[in-house]
Amino acid sequence: MIPYGFSYRRAQSLNEAVALLQKSPEAKLLAGGQTLVTTMKARLANPAELIDIGQIRELSFIRGDNSAITIGAATTHASVAESATVKSAIPALAILAHQIGDPAVRHMGTLGGSVANNDPAADYPAAVLALGATITTTARSIAADDFFTGMFATALAEDEIISEIRFPVPEKAGYAKFPNPASRYAMTGVFVARTKDGVRVAVTGAGPCVFRVAEMEAALAANFAPAAVENIRIDPTDLNSDIHGSAEYRANLVTVMAKRAVVQALGSS
Amino acid sequence: MAVVSMTVNGKPVSHEVEDRTLLVYFLRETLGLTGTHIGCDTSQCGACVVHVNGRAVKSCTLFAGQAAGADVLTIEGLAKDGQLHPVQEAFRENHGLQCGFCTPGMIMTAVDMIRREPDLTREKIRSELEGNICRCTGYHNIVSAIEDAAGRMARGAA
Ligand SMILES: Cc1cc2nc3c(=O)[nH]c(=O)nc-3n(C[C@H](O)[C@H](O)[C@H](O)COP(=O)(O)OP(=O)(O)OC[C@H]3O[C@@H](n4cnc5c(N)ncnc54)[C@H](O)[C@@H]3O)c2cc1C
Ligand code: FES
Ligand code: FES
Repeated sequence: MIPYGFSYRRAQSLNEAVALLQKSPEAKLLAGGQTLVTTMKARLANPAELIDIGQIRELSFIRGDNSAITIGAATTHASVAESATVKSAIPALAILAHQIGDPAVRHMGTLGGSVANNDPAADYPAAVLALGATITTTARSIAADDFFTGMFATALAEDEIISEIRFPVPEKAGYAKFPNPASRYAMTGVFVARTKDGVRVAVTGAGPCVFRVAEMEAALAANFAPAAVENIRIDPTDLNSDIHGSAEYRANLVTVMAKRAVVQALGSS
Repeated sequence: MAVVSMTVNGKPVSHEVEDRTLLVYFLRETLGLTGTHIGCDTSQCGACVVHVNGRAVKSCTLFAGQAAGADVLTIEGLAKDGQLHPVQEAFRENHGLQCGFCTPGMIMTAVDMIRREPDLTREKIRSELEGNICRCTGYHNIVSAIEDAAGRMARGAA
């Protein structure tokens, strides 16, 4: 479990990180390392240089007002889970962060790293998509609907750094996941959010990339209750199938988790 | 190569190591602190848990350079003046270990969880142990030890 050699640089500010990245386009960003270090140990990644942005103070914050919560990219999962601001404005987001991995992983892993990585079984992408969040980078702002482009793929350019993510405060929201019993990643996780503009339902873990379910959104907009989704069947054709569960099993989990997410949303009004 | 300096168990240390050196190897091989164990390749077992700036982390999933300037606490730094830490004492009395391989990580995780959550239930302890694997005990006595330690520490602090 010893990675290939590389050189390590710690950036003290976002500007310094941008400058370092421009100087060495081959370099990779390191935030919490809970994905990247593991991948490097397995020698599945071999960057020549790492630029550590995990300790940049200006990237670690949680700010809230009545309309939105904005979270810095280097904010750890533990900070989000423990934040009084998040717990009171979007409790489902704190619940989601608390369910990621284990305490040690949550002490290191960051929001920006999780979203940039876009693992098909990661939790945060479901919240970002369902809440209609905006991802701000060093170059621009990207709407959640345009951000997640495929399996481990995003709209980010090579030299683009996520600086913060803005989550609009919903009227009600809930997140339910069926964790893989070994890794805790989502076998299937469903985030449901109701705002004055309607309902959004985002599913992670079930397919190659987080996706929305229009039929559930319409049903919940008409009647925001578990019964509205319980008979909606998801087509398993494009879903994931592996030793942990078949596509059909995951399709069923989407319906079950959606129902539970609505129950949670109604409980935390 | 770079010189990496940090504080380990209260003492300043400084060594030149390769940039790819994981914190766990810095502790075990550079400093000879072999109480911190390595039990997996996949960041899942928790045998390597230490505290960095007061928080439990997996020292196999962090480069030594990331901990430069930090305050690191390992299992060797827990006992004070020949007195076992209350969590160590509780593991001993509750038979919270068999082979002992997972124990340093279990204890460092337990100290961190008691600091964050003084009101621990058995169920909460089990969920907080998500990242620590024990192949011997079946966890039952580990949970008892942590519950006992949390109680002692609450009484001690009162
Ligand atoms: C045992 C274990 C269990 C886990 N369980 C779960 C789980 O249940 N659910 C879950 O969702 N995740 C889980 N994870 C993953 C964890 O949440 C990671 O923290 C997260 O996926 C990546 O965040 P990081 O900060 O660690 O990123 P890193 O590993 O440092 O980086 C990941 C990638 O993102 C890039 N990157 C990082 N920050 C930025 C940025 N600001 N802008 C642009 N690119 C950036 C890096 O270059 C790299 O390619 C688990 C990990 C482990 C080790
Ligand atoms: S050795 Fe660190 S988690 Fe297994
Ligand atoms: S006591 Fe043997 S692994 Fe836990």
